[in-house]
Amino acid sequence: MAKGIWVFVEQRDGKIKKVTYELLSAGRKVADGLGEELCAVLPGNGVAGLAPALGEYGADKVFVLESGALEKYTTDGYANAVASLAKQYEPGAILMGCTVAGRDLAAQVAQKLGTGLMTDCTDMSLEEGQLVFTRPVYAGKAFVKASCPGVRPVMATIRPNVFSVGETQPGRSAEVVSAPADTGEIRQVIKDVVLQVSTRPELTEADAIVSGGRGMKGPENFKILEELADVLGAAVGASRAAVDAGWKSHSFQVGQTGKTVSPVLYIACGISGAIQHLAGMSSSKCIVAVNKDPEANIFKVADYGIVGDLFDVVPLLKEEFKKKLES
Amino acid sequence: MNIVVCMKQTFDTEAKIAIDSNGRINRQGVSLIMNPYDEFAVEEALRIKEKLGGEVTVVTVGGQETQDALRQALAMGADRAVLVDPGLEETDEFTTATILAKAISGLKYDIILGGFRAIDDGSSQVTGRVAEILGLPVVNMVVKLEFADGKAVATSEIEGGSQVIEVALPAVFTAQKGLNEPRYPSMKGIMQAKKKPMEKKGLGDLGLDAAQVAPKVKVISYFLPSARAAGRIVPGEPADAARDLANALREEAKVI
Repeated sequence: MAKGIWVFVEQRDGKIKKVTYELLSAGRKVADGLGEELCAVLPGNGVAGLAPALGEYGADKVFVLESGALEKYTTDGYANAVASLAKQYEPGAILMGCTVAGRDLAAQVAQKLGTGLMTDCTDMSLEEGQLVFTRPVYAGKAFVKASCPGVRPVMATIRPNVFSVGETQPGRSAEVVSAPADTGEIRQVIKDVVLQVSTRPELTEADAIVSGGRGMKGPENFKILEELADVLGAAVGASRAAVDAGWKSHSFQVGQTGKTVSPVLYIACGISGAIQHLAGMSSSKCIVAVNKDPEANIFKVADYGIVGDLFDVVPLLKEEFKKKLES
Repeated sequence: MNIVVCMKQTFDTEAKIAIDSNGRINRQGVSLIMNPYDEFAVEEALRIKEKLGGEVTVVTVGGQETQDALRQALAMGADRAVLVDPGLEETDEFTTATILAKAISGLKYDIILGGFRAIDDGSSQVTGRVAEILGLPVVNMVVKLEFADGKAVATSEIEGGSQVIEVALPAVFTAQKGLNEPRYPSMKGIMQAKKKPMEKKGLGDLGLDAAQVAPKVKVISYFLPSARAAGRIVPGEPADAARDLANALREEAKVI
């Protein structure tokens, strides 16, 4: 019988994404509930050194899939390697982060294994011995609880930041298994990778986000948000209105047709709170809104609001946050 | 270049979501649109056709009401449409992908396009599954697409940047916002769309039966989110409000 909870370890250039640790922490709980092993699956090139530490995050076993062909993420290379490992060991479940790569990989692996996949899940639980996942539909206007009865492995991608990383157990070791990486033919040839150099965290991974909307009045004014963000170590986001106005590129957009984020702290500045925006950020843990209009929809979801001119309030907030963080 | 576009009809983005007496999402009276990401895919198909020639076929799986979205694609300039109405109660992404792939396998194609996700279930896996079933390479979240010498060069979005990927055709691509600005159908286009061929098929016409497409994922329940309680407005002049907010975030919310 198919057994074991697998977590895909996502790394880029040898740096493991935080969502991997979140999944190991959450996966540990369900693995214990089922009395099964928690296994980390680590494909890459020159990544074996990353394996032992995964034990401290809860993995019982780490499958290391080493190959020069896995140096960079490609759909075919990773999907072939992970699916062929899964065919050999028959896990009960495979979890991945709902990231660009995780989403891409999960669909291919699920189809190769002929199984079901629930994506962008915001909760995972055990009900009567069955892994049950909760995911938002209609941009978070509703949720669905679902499972894959009678089908193995159950597959899911989990939204980053919804599970917290548990305390590590220094010295806890995992069995490291070097498995052959069956990458097959890789049809996607990477010609170039362009990464924007930014000192700020990536939107979907950030613990704090400062976002601006129509109320920013122009691209030059995002500077005050950036200054606030830098005090908090936050990412900068934008509403669709700001993106459509050409003030920020689409990669900054939070919302139904942009990125879905769930940071600990989300500060919305000059954002009215259209349903399209709320869809992308309403799972944030604490929402702060700054808006001139006391009737703005954003105040209906905000934990804290300041009714006022953001051009007055944001620089003051920067100074107050700075004082707090230095104290 | 023959291009097939996988399209889905979705609820309007402004639609209010309610749950009916059977515990399912209430579809009554909801206005339906073409999934916005699929609109990017249709637009891209038309641009490729305008540049390189060929035919654009739009394929969907859905009920008879889906014809509206197909007509819209035809009005934009697609040449023909295929509607597969499987008449099934329970479906999932495996079901839809299996049906789409079977329908597409009977068509001529060099390029298959789709939106990278649908705005209703947001699962972003059907087009990828179609690629896998048809044995084709897929590139997701494409923001730029060019062709030369039987190959495609696709720029796709990744966290913190983009990458340029080359694949040989035939291949599958999913559209991300930014790929293009979809056109509105012209009056002439709308008139012409009425005469364009729309093939309607059932599961049996594709040589499939319900068991072959039985869903892998089973829905347990739908529920509406508990309304996020409105918080409090921090009162006072900007300087006071900013100070009090910083205190509240530290002492109450414990987030800074």
